[in-house]
Amino acid sequence: MINLKAVYVLWLREMKRFMRAKSRSIGLIAMPLFFLVFLGFGLNNMPIPGLSKEVDYITFLVPGIIGMSMLFSSMFAGISVLWDREFGFLKEIMIAPVNRVSIVIGRIAGGTTTALIQGIMVLVISFFIGFNLISILSFLLAVLFMILIAVTFIGLGLIFASKMRDMQGFSLIMNFVIFPLFFLSGALFPLENLPLWVRYISFIDPLTYGVDGLRGALIGVSVFPLAFNLIVLLGFSLLMVLLGTYFFEKSEYI
Amino acid sequence: MNAIEIEGLTKKFNGFTAVDNISFFVEEGELFGLLGPNGAGKTTTINMLSTILAPTSGKAVVAGFNVLKNRNDVRRSIGIVFQEPALDGKLSGKENLEFHAMMYGMKKDEFKKRINEVLELVELTDKAGLLVEKYSGGMKRRLEIARGLIHRPKVLFLDEPTLGLDTQTRRHVWDYIKKLNKEGNVTIILTTHYMDEADYLCDRIAIIDKGKIVALDKPKQLKDLLGGDIVSLEVNQDCKAFILELNKLKWIKALKQHNCFIDLTLEKGEKRIPELIAFAQKLSVKIDSVSLRKPSLEDVFLHFTGKTIREEEAGIKERNKQFVHGRMRA
Repeated sequence: MINLKAVYVLWLREMKRFMRAKSRSIGLIAMPLFFLVFLGFGLNNMPIPGLSKEVDYITFLVPGIIGMSMLFSSMFAGISVLWDREFGFLKEIMIAPVNRVSIVIGRIAGGTTTALIQGIMVLVISFFIGFNLISILSFLLAVLFMILIAVTFIGLGLIFASKMRDMQGFSLIMNFVIFPLFFLSGALFPLENLPLWVRYISFIDPLTYGVDGLRGALIGVSVFPLAFNLIVLLGFSLLMVLLGTYFFEKSEYI
Repeated sequence: MNAIEIEGLTKKFNGFTAVDNISFFVEEGELFGLLGPNGAGKTTTINMLSTILAPTSGKAVVAGFNVLKNRNDVRRSIGIVFQEPALDGKLSGKENLEFHAMMYGMKKDEFKKRINEVLELVELTDKAGLLVEKYSGGMKRRLEIARGLIHRPKVLFLDEPTLGLDTQTRRHVWDYIKKLNKEGNVTIILTTHYMDEADYLCDRIAIIDKGKIVALDKPKQLKDLLGGDIVSLEVNQDCKAFILELNKLKWIKALKQHNCFIDLTLEKGEKRIPELIAFAQKLSVKIDSVSLRKPSLEDVFLHFTGKTIREEEAGIKERNKQFVHGRMRA
């Protein structure tokens, strides 16, 4: 059913493109770092409502910013199918004797790897501003959450890409999808003090569980139990892969 | 066995019929051309044959496989070069070819040799390591042709293979196509709106206009249909009376008026020109210019559609504009 060779070659292509487009990777990682440094130092000594006394703001912020980096690069990786469409390469992919599931999985594999590299880069840089890891196990757990976040949002990106004709709609998605997902996830501040209706919306944001899971894994403080976050996020990622494949297959524009 | 068999193939887009009930077959090893103006339905036909588009109705069998029921078998048996480039500019020429080979499930030792072969064929061996975004238009075309051949397809589709190439490169590409067809024993179907291209390359040509096939034969037979040379007279005045008189001449086989040009079909054109001029003088009709040409496919097209291919294209553009406007309003 799944053509592993096709998955591998699609992944390989993403890796080659990633290595060659350094400006893209630097661009994608720059914004999370600015958020981390400016917000982190700017608000570090401020009393943040809802933040427990044992955790300083930078420590609280690092998992959120890793989640942000994963969200942005994953959505971008999903929507970047549109570049292939614009440059005609999508035709070359679609005309090959490979089923659509394999194509979607290949793209997710490639996008997840590049997003993961960026997320880990953010983590490594955060060590320099005073962030500390609890243990290797906590790092591995964080990687697992990062992968699930990536799969979820690449799938979501593919859904949007299948409905769009070109890259022009990307800024719209940036403003009306990516930023709301980011702000509602609790990446920058605890959600406990927000009005109830906002909290309800945050419950349907997959990134909420991603960021909370990352916090649980990296700093040992989370709103939901770790296993709960893991299961919910796993559900979201499966759903998005299925929907992404469905919409990708139905897409009329090649 | 026939490489392609099509029966009643039709494709409609929102009520607009792009391909209208066409039927034909292509023999194995043939170099077959679909000739027609832009927008006539050539690309839509190719897209249906290569499983990119599903036909609205009708049947098509490519290399023995039904395009609807055995899509993957069809895909494995065909190569295709699209009208617009379909390459990854951030990969090198060779990497583009390797990507293709692996997508088609070839083994490494098998495709390594094959890629060198096809690179050799299109003379890109020394540019193989260069990123494709640095290639010229002609090089991209050649690379795409090479790519279409890697998995040894039985049928190769070329959609406007020389569109936008300069004359010299066009000649080159023509030579590759001929060589491939003869030496590689690949059945080739190409679309073009260049008359000379179809004439030079194709064993048989289907002339397609507004989604319908209006004529299908060998280029020579198509031209012979017109029955002789064409003498074109330019008359910048009301010429109704003159045409009436011309129609009385027995040796004129056909007469077509086309703006201020009158095209006459007749045998031994060069001998008849003096006679025609004398005839016009007698009627005191002033002839501005005279030209003689051996019939070309352009004349065949004109003969069957009543329009030159350029006019037809202009008309289609106009129609598409209205079509788009209509859709936007709807």
